[in-house]
Amino acid sequence: MRIKTISRSVDEFTRERSQDLQRVFHNFDPSLRPMEKAVEYQRALTAAKLEKIFARPFVGAMDGHRDGISCMAKNPNYLKGIFSASMDGDIRLWDIATRRTVCQFPGHQGAVRGLTVSTDGNVLVSCGIDSTVRLWNVPRPSLEDSDLSSEKSAEPSAVYVCKNALLAVDHQFEGELFATAGAQIDIWNHNRSQPVHSFKPGNDSVISVRFNPGEPDILAVSSNDRRMIIYDIRMSSAAREIRMQTKTNSIAWNPMEPMNFTGANEDGNCYSFDGRKNEEAKCVHKDHVSAVMDIDFSPTGREFVTGSYDRSVRIFPYNGGHSREIYHTKRMQRVFCVKYSSDATYVISGSDDTNLRLWKAKASEQLGVILPREQKKHEYNEAVKNRYKHLPEIKRIVRHRHLPKPIYKAIAESRAVNNAKKRKDDRRKASSAPGTIVTKPLRTRRIINEREVE
Amino acid sequence: MEVALEDNNLMEKVVLTPDEQEMDVELEAKEKKYLRGEGANLETLKDKKLKTQLASREKLYGKSAKAAAKIEKWLLPASAGYLETDGLEKTWRIKQTDIAKEVDILSSRNQYDIVLPDFGPYKLDFTASGRHMLAGGRKGHLALVDMMNMNLIKEIQVRETVRDVAFLHNDQFFAAAQKKYAYIYGRDGTELHCLKERGPVARLRFLKNHFLLASVNKIGQLHYQDVTYGDMVASIRTGKGRTDVMEVNPYNGVVALGHSGGTVTMWKPTSQAPLVQMQCHPGPVSSLAFHPNGHLMATSGKERKVKIWDLRKFEEVQTIHGFHAKTLSFSQKGLLAAGTGSFVQVLGDSSGAYSRYMSHSMVKGYQIEKVMFRPYEDVLGIGHSMGWSSVLIPGSGEPNFDSWVANPFETSKQRREKEVHLLLDKLPPETIMLDPSKIGAMRPSRRKEKPTRGEVEAEKEVAIEAAKSVEMKKKTKGRNKPSKRTKKKKELVENVKRTFPEQEHSAAGKKRRIGGEDDAAAELPACLKRFARTN
Repeated sequence: MRIKTISRSVDEFTRERSQDLQRVFHNFDPSLRPMEKAVEYQRALTAAKLEKIFARPFVGAMDGHRDGISCMAKNPNYLKGIFSASMDGDIRLWDIATRRTVCQFPGHQGAVRGLTVSTDGNVLVSCGIDSTVRLWNVPRPSLEDSDLSSEKSAEPSAVYVCKNALLAVDHQFEGELFATAGAQIDIWNHNRSQPVHSFKPGNDSVISVRFNPGEPDILAVSSNDRRMIIYDIRMSSAAREIRMQTKTNSIAWNPMEPMNFTGANEDGNCYSFDGRKNEEAKCVHKDHVSAVMDIDFSPTGREFVTGSYDRSVRIFPYNGGHSREIYHTKRMQRVFCVKYSSDATYVISGSDDTNLRLWKAKASEQLGVILPREQKKHEYNEAVKNRYKHLPEIKRIVRHRHLPKPIYKAIAESRAVNNAKKRKDDRRKASSAPGTIVTKPLRTRRIINEREVE
Repeated sequence: MEVALEDNNLMEKVVLTPDEQEMDVELEAKEKKYLRGEGANLETLKDKKLKTQLASREKLYGKSAKAAAKIEKWLLPASAGYLETDGLEKTWRIKQTDIAKEVDILSSRNQYDIVLPDFGPYKLDFTASGRHMLAGGRKGHLALVDMMNMNLIKEIQVRETVRDVAFLHNDQFFAAAQKKYAYIYGRDGTELHCLKERGPVARLRFLKNHFLLASVNKIGQLHYQDVTYGDMVASIRTGKGRTDVMEVNPYNGVVALGHSGGTVTMWKPTSQAPLVQMQCHPGPVSSLAFHPNGHLMATSGKERKVKIWDLRKFEEVQTIHGFHAKTLSFSQKGLLAAGTGSFVQVLGDSSGAYSRYMSHSMVKGYQIEKVMFRPYEDVLGIGHSMGWSSVLIPGSGEPNFDSWVANPFETSKQRREKEVHLLLDKLPPETIMLDPSKIGAMRPSRRKEKPTRGEVEAEKEVAIEAAKSVEMKKKTKGRNKPSKRTKKKKELVENVKRTFPEQEHSAAGKKRRIGGEDDAAAELPACLKRFARTN
């Protein structure tokens, strides 16, 4: 007879000294865990509720400008700083941690329409409707600047004059060139007082310009005649252009997939395109009710933030049609520019009410140093919530956002209008010969034409 | 190009040795357990993005199941117990004394008889980790024992009849069903609560995931109480008379009662009608037990048969003749212990069907009151009329425990943390259902079908019951006349009924209209007959 029974010696299963860690044993057998799915669902519900309890996205406002903010620029080398310019020509460098102005750059007469920083973080380029381009030396942050009461002001290192008002500026990635947009597109070198290169896309003014982060010689431009044009500056004319039904206010390239770009359009939608194939938009991001003024991608390339004329800031996933988050305040008026901070944690919005506002990108995130066990718990909560987020009880909690009344009413109205239109179209299609009425998908509906220019 | 691809395929083919092949098959069998069912059918999806997301998730499930299978094979610290005989020797003839000679000292300490002849037949309960045991004698003796050290933590004499005992979520609290009411005691023997609402309780069981204390009393009423805040979640009148037999199915939290007519009914707290009624035996059901996987149920009746039922199809799988079991219990590994008189029979299903595995007979005068397997140990606890005993049944317990589920070596800090986590994960009573896998599953979107006549009637009855059981506010100053009270109650019920009759009227109305058209045609004067509608 062979016999064996379970016998556990206490030494094997308990710790020797109180300095040791407690011993943990695992057995993943599902039969030891009855009702595991119900328990998981309960945990998902608790996680969704906790997320809502801890959702406090607003960090603070940076007060100081005397007129509405027109544009912002991120310093690629210095995480804590952000430049902002207002409609009265006031340019400031802010320290985000203390939310104070570090340095002011006075000099522009009239609104500053474009701000950009060179890739090494030394030169700030600004352009305005006073037809000047000014280059400034960015002061190096040092430990001696701990005296917060002193606000330094700097002199421009160069001022270049043009013929017409300038509407946008962007700096080449890892290069010495920057492009300005106004009546035409000019490519400048830091040291020359005349543009090195010029492109004239048509008779209408060019309103925004953006260099590609992956290919330093490619730039995307949007003009007032509702076109988005992609240029290669080594060639003498445009490479591709897309004409839409409404104008694009701003373009952003996806930093992780540099062939894709997203345009913030006047009709409230954002259209993502593949730069190589322009016949249809890759994705249409619909949620704003009014014109989208500015767009910026997160450095992870997984989401982007948009600011719109309807007084709200929304964060969209890069491939999703609807926003995952909306930020609004009673005091925040029309949002004209937004930036996603370079560590993918914060979103900065500049609006008409002369304030820059700092928001958390993930509203319920715990900032600061997180212990590894806390981190694991957060990740577990996120995962279990995502597993059950389609079920009605949890979906209701996760989706719930308070919207300001004008936006809520506008959404309801547009939904009613769209439903009526859809019903009529469906009926028309159903009662006509199959194949005679073809519905264009939304991705192509808003594009009028697209061509490759030789 | 094509030739090169073929070459690559040839190079990737690896020939496995027979050992490796065997291991592969073994691992695959283990993997199935961890996959927890079939994968989703992604062919029917039209949304491409969703399809790719779900496909990548299914792949991850496969990987994690493989990893879990490998861990089970290589990393688990202990292996299951076994009892194997060579040839002619039969396992059920082996006595406990023979086993004691072959087994190590630690295990032999688990074989003992505690003789307490004065305090009546003993009922037993173990905590989920198997570390603590509660013994309750009929004449009022309650004893809380730490099984690892054989320490008596606390014993009290309540000087009343004790019919049943049950631990709550850990060893800090236990409940005893005494002569008139049920009481909850703390670990140091202080009486914490007197549960008066339930009346004289016959059986007590605790539902761990839901923190519900279920009991059936002498009148046949089933009570569920949430012990975290004391609310009585449900009191159900079973309508089947007094019963002594109540067990909880650990897989889905359903309570089963065995009645004197031979029926077994299954109940959940949110409905007044039983979920299932099964006719199991021609005579009264004497005991009941559930397999931990939730699919098997063993019942025994006075006609000396023990029947094994499959709960998925509600069909009888096996009948074992020969003895009438006063008490039944399943172990973690699926062994069935049946106690009759002074004899315990343990059946095992190693060959597919349940057959004799081991047996143990006690001294003639000892009447066995309850058998219960100790979790995570190869031990069977027997409570009898002269005290309690413990015998070794190799292969009955799960050798590897999970510290996060139940830890026999728990420190007090770990116990407190676990209590908090259990409370956070407490399930609402609505999650008790026959098939718990429906929780978290999407319901297929129903087209707007009209509910059938039967469903409407059932809904109506439930609504009327609810209206009738509404508590009316007691008015003072002479406004509390009985005639007014009954009038108000009738009004409430009438209101509820008024929301329902639309179906009947509409059906009748339709009929009238179809017939009515002919009538309308007939009513017209002759000159206008040609204008009558003909459908």
